[in-house]
Formats: sequence, structure tokens, C-alpha cells
Amino acid sequence: MSLTVDDVKKIAHLARLGIDTRDIESYTVDLSGMLDLMTQMSNLDTRDVAPMAHPMDQVQRLRTDAVTEADNREQFQAIAPQTEAGLYLVPKVIE
Amino acid sequence: MTTSTSQWETVIGLEIHTQLATKSKIFSGASTAYGAEPNTQACAVDLGLPGVLPVLNKEAVRMAVIFGMAIEAQIAPYSVFARKNYFYPDLPKGYQISQFELPIVGNGHLDIEVDGATKRIGITRAHLEEDAGKSLHENFHGLTGIDLNRAGTPLLEIVSEPDMRSAKEAVAYMRKLHELVRYLGICDGNMQEGSFRCDANVSVRPKGQKEFGTRAEIKNINSFKFVEKAINHEVERQIELLESGGKVVQETRLYDSVKDETRSMRSKEEANDYRYFPDPDLLPVFIDEDFKTEIKAALPELPDAKKQRFKDSYGLDEESATILTSSRPLADYFEAVVKASASEAKLCANWITGELSAALNKAGLDITESPVSHERLAGLLARISDETISGKIAKQVFEELWQGSSTADDIIAAKGLKQITDTGAIEAIIDKIIADNPGQVEQYRSGKDKVFGFFVGQVMKEMQGKASPGEVNKMLKDKLK
Repeated sequence: MSLTVDDVKKIAHLARLGIDTRDIESYTVDLSGMLDLMTQMSNLDTRDVAPMAHPMDQVQRLRTDAVTEADNREQFQAIAPQTEAGLYLVPKVIE
Repeated sequence: MTTSTSQWETVIGLEIHTQLATKSKIFSGASTAYGAEPNTQACAVDLGLPGVLPVLNKEAVRMAVIFGMAIEAQIAPYSVFARKNYFYPDLPKGYQISQFELPIVGNGHLDIEVDGATKRIGITRAHLEEDAGKSLHENFHGLTGIDLNRAGTPLLEIVSEPDMRSAKEAVAYMRKLHELVRYLGICDGNMQEGSFRCDANVSVRPKGQKEFGTRAEIKNINSFKFVEKAINHEVERQIELLESGGKVVQETRLYDSVKDETRSMRSKEEANDYRYFPDPDLLPVFIDEDFKTEIKAALPELPDAKKQRFKDSYGLDEESATILTSSRPLADYFEAVVKASASEAKLCANWITGELSAALNKAGLDITESPVSHERLAGLLARISDETISGKIAKQVFEELWQGSSTADDIIAAKGLKQITDTGAIEAIIDKIIADNPGQVEQYRSGKDKVFGFFVGQVMKEMQGKASPGEVNKMLKDKLK
């Protein structure tokens, strides 16, 4: 599978990565190579292999439903760039 | 526009987010209580601070399983949490923990009733996920304020099959689901606070066509009324577009209840764009038979089963049975009254769906807040059954029950409302009425049966309603012969 320059731009946009336009060409080659490796793996016969959701063969432990966390807003907001009326302030985002 | 609507078929699927009624969040021990000061219920896990790990809330899992059992779905013995990646400031981690390929609940159904017919709506899946925070766009010098109290609140997203063919069916399905989750006690159903939210996938296709048309997703429709209006509006928009040679674009649209229209919000992301992958911070969830058996044993009788039982064992009609099983507290109240009053179930049903419901509605109260307890209502109904008082007098007694705290027996005794069973007294009054109204007697005897009602009315009035109408009828007929 071979990616186009536009594919790379789209992936970068989705991941909110600012990439240097001069590097796009080499990313295209490298990422295509990785996808080729995936394709190669896809060709393996895995009919008898159960899909793995986690490398450790264990199951999730569950927590009792109880409130255990106290209010630490002051501490958390001490490291926030900007706050007001208890809210975190961020640049306006409206689609 | 409406003239051509008939050539098109509407196809609707709903995605409903129900907020699970747990005390703490799905992956952290922060409180989920509504209405707290901003960010006072957002802990390090909810904020996505480095080094934190999510730990799954057992109660959220239990509630998802309860729901799955109630819709006769498959409960996945093995389900997996995945990261859904997108960027928005009210999602601090840059991904939402959700389920993608292996949801906890799959393949169930819900039966709805529309225009007297029952229709089965398929439920594709229900999966657990965390809610995002809230963005506030007003009054922060051009900035956006973020409140993360809601971040990490457990949600069960319930996805239907595209089985609905009208806005009416969509509303019926939504109502039924709303009733069910409240009945099961897994969601408080408060739509104003966003505990029960609906997105609708709507498309149209020419009648007879097999393939679905391109769909638009309508977001943010948080009342039953708006769902119907938003869908109808969207259907009309799509038909108009198609008939004028245009094409429906797959996109997300926002319903504006003020203007009663939908408008484009953003082009819909493909699942690919979310780059789902299993969350390495969470292990697969394994639901064993013991856990399921335990939940099954504690499962309440479901609304449909209860409704059937009410019809079979109490002889209630469809309407009464539907109303009485619409909420668990109401159904429990009814059964408690039947048991305590030893009265006929139909009488109890009529009083609860009639007099009591009307009074509760008027006062804006829920059955659990009724000033008339089931014991006190039962006390009243028992006196109707043994004919101590008539139905009419009972209404008077009910008023008193509602206002005060005495029992029906006390009120009847204090006000002298006991029905007069002394036939001599009734006879005397009947004789008097007959003597006073010779004209009407003449009319009755010459065959005008309608006048009979006049006599009954006069006698009852004279006796201040304290006679058994049956007895009065019988005696009047004899006397007027």
C-alpha cells in the first residue's frame, strides 16, 4: 500500500501534528513502508489465533462504586495557564 | 411538499446516551453528583494528568449487564475498551475511552406500540464509555471555559438498528427506552440535566428501494417533542433536496429548537478518522457466569411482563395496565393498595389512574411523594367496596385524605358520610319526590324512560349522596310502576 502526500497531510491534521512540508515526501515513503509490513502480516494465516486485546493475559479488575476522591481543584488549577470562576480557560473552539 | 412525501420512505436509527446512576465515575473515584461547583469533582484521572491509570467501576458494568438482560441481548463474556481519538478541550486526554469492536451488550430488542400495533425494534449494541466535560462559550473575554466535572461520568450508549420508519415510531422507542432505564434503576432519566440524550440518524429512500439513502446525524435533541420535530424537519429537508436534483451529504446536523430547523455542524468523521485502538491502560473485561447469575436473580420483573401479569391476574384493560406499569413505584403502589384494601383490582386501578393521578399531576408530585399513602387510599377503597359510602361521597373523602392525615374511616365518621341503608328513610324520601313531581311521574308512566334519571338525581340530592345508587334505583322502579 502506498500513501499519497495528501494522505500524510490528512493524518497529520487528525493527529494535530505540525509537520514541515519539506519532510512530507520522506514521511510518505516511511509510512508506506510500515503499511507494507502490515500488509505482509495480514497475509499470515491467523485462523486459529484468538485476537489479543492486551499483551498480558489477564482480565480487568473492577473497583467498588464509592467516592474516594476529594476536591483538589486549587492544586490542579495552580499549574493551569489560565482559570476563572473555577473554569479552565482555553482558546475558543467552535466548529 | 407534503404531496410527494408519500413516495419516500423514512429510515431512522437512534443512538441514545444514558448516564448510568453510579455514585462515582467510570474510571475514577470522583463523584458524579450533578450541580457541583465547576471542576470540584474532577480528579487527576478525569483531568488526564500524566501517570494516572483508569480503574473500571464494577457498578457501571453491572448496570450495563442489567440493561442487556432486560432487552434480551447477548452479554459479551469478553469485551474490550478502546480509545476514540479526537481533539477537543473538554476531552483532556485527547481520546475518549469507549468500546468499539467488542461492546459489552450486543443484539437485543425492544417492542414498541404505535397506533395499536406492536413493532420490534432491534438494538444493535450498547457499550460503556466515559462522558466528556462541558465547554462554556460565553463571557470569558473571547476564551472558552472548561468544566470537567462531567468528564468520566459513565455512559451506556444504546444504538438501535435502522428499524424505525417515522418520527412517531422514533419517539415511541425513545419513550419506551426512557421508561425501561428508569425502571431498571440504572439511569435517572433526567433529560434537562443531560442524563438521557438522543442523536438520530435519518435518511430517506424511494419507496421499494432496498439500499438506504445517505444519512444525516442530528445531534442535541433532548426532549421527546424535539425528537419528533427535528426528525420531521430533517425528512422534509432531505426530500426537498433530492426532488430538486440535489444529494444528501453525510454530516452531523444540529437541531435548533427555536427556529425549528437543523443546520450543518460538521462533516461526519468516518470511524477511521477516530483511529480506534484497544486501550492499553485497560485489560479486557471478563464477565463470568456467576456475575450474570447474581444479576439475573436480582433483576426486577420487567415492564412488559408486569403489564401482561396485571392484565391476566387483575383483569385490567390495556390502558390501565400500561399506565400502572409505566414506573416501578406506581406499579408497587397499585399492588400495595389492592393487597391492603382487599378491593377489586379494577376499582383500585381506576382510583389510582383517575383521582389520585389527577391530584398528583395538579400538584406536580410523583407517586413516591403522594400525600395519600397506599394504606390510606386502601382504607377509602375498602369502604366503597363494602358499600359504606358511594363513589361520589368517596371523592369528597379523598379530598380530605389529600389535605389532612386522618384515615378514611375517621373522616366518614366525623362528617356523617356513612351511606344510609335504612330502607325506610330512603322510601320516605322517594315518596316525597314522587308526590312533589306529578308531571314527571306522568311522563315516566307514559313511557318516557329518560325521566328516570331525574328521579334518581332528586333522591340522591335529597340524601346528600349518602344512599346506594343501586338501592335507590331498585326502590324507585318499584314505586313508579
